[in-house]
Amino acid sequence: MLRKLLALAVALALPASLAAPASAATTQKPVPNLQWSFSGPFGMYDQAQLQRGFKVYTEVCSQCHAIQYIHFHNLGDPGGPFWSPKYPNPNDNPYVKSIADSWPRQVTEINSDTGDPTHRKPTSADVLVPPFPNDAAAKASNGGALPPDMSLLVAAREGGPNYVYNILTSFAPTPAGIVGAPPGKYYNEAFPGDLSAYWKGDPNHVPLGGFISMPPPLTDCKVTFDDGSSCKLADEARDVAAFLQWASDPKMDQRKQMGVAVFIYLLIFSGLLYVSYRQIWKDVAH
Amino acid sequence: MADSVAGASAVPHDTPDPGRRNFIHIAAITAAAGGVAAIAWPFIDQWNPAADTMALASIEYDVSKVPLGQQVTVLYRKQPLFVRHRTPKEIAEAVADDHADLRDPATDASRVKPGKAEWLILIGVCTHLGCTPLFGQGEWGGWFCPCHGSQYDTSGRIRKGPAPKNLVVPDYSFTGATTIKVG
Amino acid sequence: MHEISHYEPKTAFERWLDARLPIARFGKDLLDYPTPKNLNYWWTFGGILAFCLATQIVTGIVLAMHYDPSGGGAFDSIQHIMRDVNYGWLIRYIHANGASMFFVAVYIHIFRGIYYGSYKAPRELLWLIGAAIYLVMMATAFFGYVLPWGQMSFWGAKVITSIFGAIPAIGPPIVTWLVGSFTVDAPTLNRFFSLHYLLPFVIAGLVALHIWALHVPGNSNPTGVNVKEKSDTVPFHPYYTVKDGFAVSLFMLMFAVFVFFMPEALGHVDNNIAANPLATPAHIVPEWYLLPYYAILRAIPDKLSGVIALGGAIACLFALPWLDRSRVRSMRYRPQARLYFFIFIVVCLILGYCGAHEPDQQVIPGLAAFNIGDSSINSMAWLSRVCAVYYFAWFLLINPLLGLRETPLPVPESISSPVLSHPAAAPAGAAAAPEKKG
Repeated sequence: MLRKLLALAVALALPASLAAPASAATTQKPVPNLQWSFSGPFGMYDQAQLQRGFKVYTEVCSQCHAIQYIHFHNLGDPGGPFWSPKYPNPNDNPYVKSIADSWPRQVTEINSDTGDPTHRKPTSADVLVPPFPNDAAAKASNGGALPPDMSLLVAAREGGPNYVYNILTSFAPTPAGIVGAPPGKYYNEAFPGDLSAYWKGDPNHVPLGGFISMPPPLTDCKVTFDDGSSCKLADEARDVAAFLQWASDPKMDQRKQMGVAVFIYLLIFSGLLYVSYRQIWKDVAH
Repeated sequence: MADSVAGASAVPHDTPDPGRRNFIHIAAITAAAGGVAAIAWPFIDQWNPAADTMALASIEYDVSKVPLGQQVTVLYRKQPLFVRHRTPKEIAEAVADDHADLRDPATDASRVKPGKAEWLILIGVCTHLGCTPLFGQGEWGGWFCPCHGSQYDTSGRIRKGPAPKNLVVPDYSFTGATTIKVG
Repeated sequence: MHEISHYEPKTAFERWLDARLPIARFGKDLLDYPTPKNLNYWWTFGGILAFCLATQIVTGIVLAMHYDPSGGGAFDSIQHIMRDVNYGWLIRYIHANGASMFFVAVYIHIFRGIYYGSYKAPRELLWLIGAAIYLVMMATAFFGYVLPWGQMSFWGAKVITSIFGAIPAIGPPIVTWLVGSFTVDAPTLNRFFSLHYLLPFVIAGLVALHIWALHVPGNSNPTGVNVKEKSDTVPFHPYYTVKDGFAVSLFMLMFAVFVFFMPEALGHVDNNIAANPLATPAHIVPEWYLLPYYAILRAIPDKLSGVIALGGAIACLFALPWLDRSRVRSMRYRPQARLYFFIFIVVCLILGYCGAHEPDQQVIPGLAAFNIGDSSINSMAWLSRVCAVYYFAWFLLINPLLGLRETPLPVPESISSPVLSHPAAAPAGAAAAPEKKG
C-alpha cells in the first residue's frame, strides 16, 4: 500500500513541479493569491458579484473588448449572472431578453433579397455584439493594438482572475528614470515587460512591469451598483475579474458539484472492491 | 497451506459463511453497475441538441409585417416556417371544406388561434418527403409541392397527391396583438 | 506456458459456437489464466492502462462527433464542445486529463518492468511490443495536443515537425511533405486529426499482441523466479480481476481530482489562445510527459545531434533486454542495480523539470557561477547535459557492467517458498505474507 501511495505522490508531484516559470527577460509585479467565492474545491460563483462584473464589462470593457463565445442566453444559464430557477430555459429569462433588447449594438446580417447589409436587434441566441466587426477594425481604432477577446482571457493568463485584478489595479505614473517611453502606451507594474532599455537609473533596480496599450480603464465609481456595493476601483476590478472567470469557465459550479459526488462514490466503491478483494484472497497465502 | 505444496488447486475451499462472502461481491457489482449507468448518461446526452441549437429552439415574430393575402417564410429550427396572412375569401373556403372528404380530417378553427383566423402558421415542409411547397398554387389556392404533386388547401390540409398528413401547425402563441412566439 | 483449455461448452448453443468460432473458450481461458499468486500492486498498472486506453477511445470518438478539424473552425469547435454540447466539458476534460493519466500509468508500468527484470528472456519481445506501444502513444498524444489549435498546439507542432529538417539534404523537403504546406497550417491539422483517430486502434492491436506475448511465457512476478507448479498460481478471475478493479478505482480517484477540481493544471494557459502564426509564445513547451525528451533534445546545441540524441534516448529502451546481462531478474535481489535505478528515476524527473524551463534559466536562482562553453554551470542547460549523460550511461554502461560485476542477493527457490519458509504463513487464511518487500 505504501508503494501505491508513493506512486501517487510521485505522479502528483511531477506535474506540480512544472509550474511555468516567469520569463527570463520580463518582470512583473507578482500576481497576488486572492481568495474568491469560487476558490477551492467547493467554491462557487457569487451571482451578485457576477452581475456587478457584467455591469462593469458592459459599461466599460465592451467599448473595446469583444467576448465572442458568450451568447446572451449564456447569461441565464445555471451558474451564470442572471440564472433563475423560474426560467430553466434561458431564452425565456426576462433579464436575458431585456439585456439583448437594449444592447447598444445591433447584429449585422445580409438582406436575402438585396444582398445589402441590414441591422437588427440581437436576440438571446446571438453573441454579445462586439464593438468592432473584425480584428482589423479593432486594431485600427486602438492604435494598432488588438484588445484581446475576453471569453478566455482569464484561462489564458497565469493566475487567472488574480492576474486580471492585478493588471486593473497596477496602473501607475511612469517612474522618474524612464526615458523615451513608447507613445500611446501606459506603464503598468503587473504587465510583463522589460523596462531595462528605457531605464536610466540604478541598473540593479529596474522597475517591475511594462507598457500596456490599454489606458487605465477603471476609476472609483466609474460604474455604480444598484445593490449599493462598494464601487471603489479595487472592488470594480474584483467584480469584473470574477465575471471574466465565469466567462472562461461557465461550467465550474456544475463541475465541482459533480466532482464531490464522483469522489464520494469512488471512495465507497473502492472500499467495497477492497473488501471484495480481501474476501477473495482470504485463503491464499501470498 | 500444506495442500498447496502437493499441487492441489489454489482456489480456497468454501468458507463457513458463504452468504456473507457473496454479499460483498453483490454489493460491489451493484455499485459498479450504478456507476456505469451514471457515467453512461453524459455520453448519451451529448448527442441531444447542443445549447446553441436549443437557443434557436424558439423564435418571436411580428406578424403585422405580412401584407394581406401574402406569406412570409421565416427560418425556424433550421426549417422554413410559413406565416400566411389569409384573406376573408381564403378563410371562408377553408371553413367550407371542414367536413369534406379529407385524408387527414381537421377543422380550420383547430389550426388557428381563436379570433386570429387570418394568421395561419405552418411548418413549410411537405409531409410526403420533405420538400418546401409553393405558396398559392394548386387547385385550392393553398400550396403545391413541386416534387411529387401534393396539393394543400388554404388551411394547409392535404387534398390531393401522395402526402399523408396536413402541413404541421407548430406550437405557438400570441404574446401580443401581432407578435407570436413559436416553439 | 501453453495451458490446456478447460472450457466445457454446456448448452447446445455453446457447442455450436465453440465448433465455429471459439470465442467463449478464448474468453474463459483468459479469465482462468494461471497467474502468479505473489503479484504486488505494481502489477495492477497493466489493467489500469487498459482502462485508460478504453477511456481515451470512448471519449475521443465522442469528441470527434463534435470537433471540426479545419484551421478556421477547430478552436471554435472546442469552445462549442466546452460550452454548448451537453456534458461536452466533462468529456473533453476526461480526454485531456486522461492522456496525462495514461502517461502516469505507462511510466509506472515501464519502471516496474525495469525494476523486476520483466524484459529479460524469454520476455524480450513482450518488452519490445511494449516499447512500440509507448512510441505510438507519444505520437498519438503529440497529434492530439495539436487538435485544439491553440498557441501551444500550433507552435509545438512547428517545433517538432521542424526537427525533421535537421536531417541532412532531405530534411527540408521532408518537413514540407509532413506538414503539407509552407509551414504548419490547416492541411497539417487535418492529417494530424486523421492520424490521431487511427493510432489508438494501432495501439489496441499492439496491446493484443502484448498480452498474447505475455501469455506465452506467463507473467513474471516480484521474485523474478519462474512459476514451478500450479500452486504458485491463481486463476486471473476473480483474484486479479477484482484486485485490478480495486486499483483502477483508486486510480479513478486521482483522475477525478484532476478532471473535476484542477482540469487545466496539467495543460498550458497559452493553449486557451487561438493559434497565431505571427505571434510566438514566450516559452514553447510540450506536455509534461514529453518534457524529459525535450530536455535531452535541447541539451545538445547542435540541432542534428540533438535530434539523434532524442532518437537514441528512445532507442535505448528497445535495446534494454540486450544491454542488461544480469542473470537475476528482480532488483529485489540486486541492491546495487536498485541504487543506480533509483538514481535513474530521479534523473528522469530532473530532466522533465529542465524541459519545462528555458535552457539559460538558473537552477539555483541568484547563485553566480562560471561558464563552461556557452552556458553557466548553474543553468538548466548544464543540468540537462549532466542528467542526459547519466541517462545514456545507465543504459549503455551501467546496465552491462552491473550484469558482469554485481553480487546479487540469494534468490528464492520458488514463488511459494518465501511464503512457506516463514512460520507465520503456516495457518490457513493467513493474510499477505510478511516476505521482504524490496
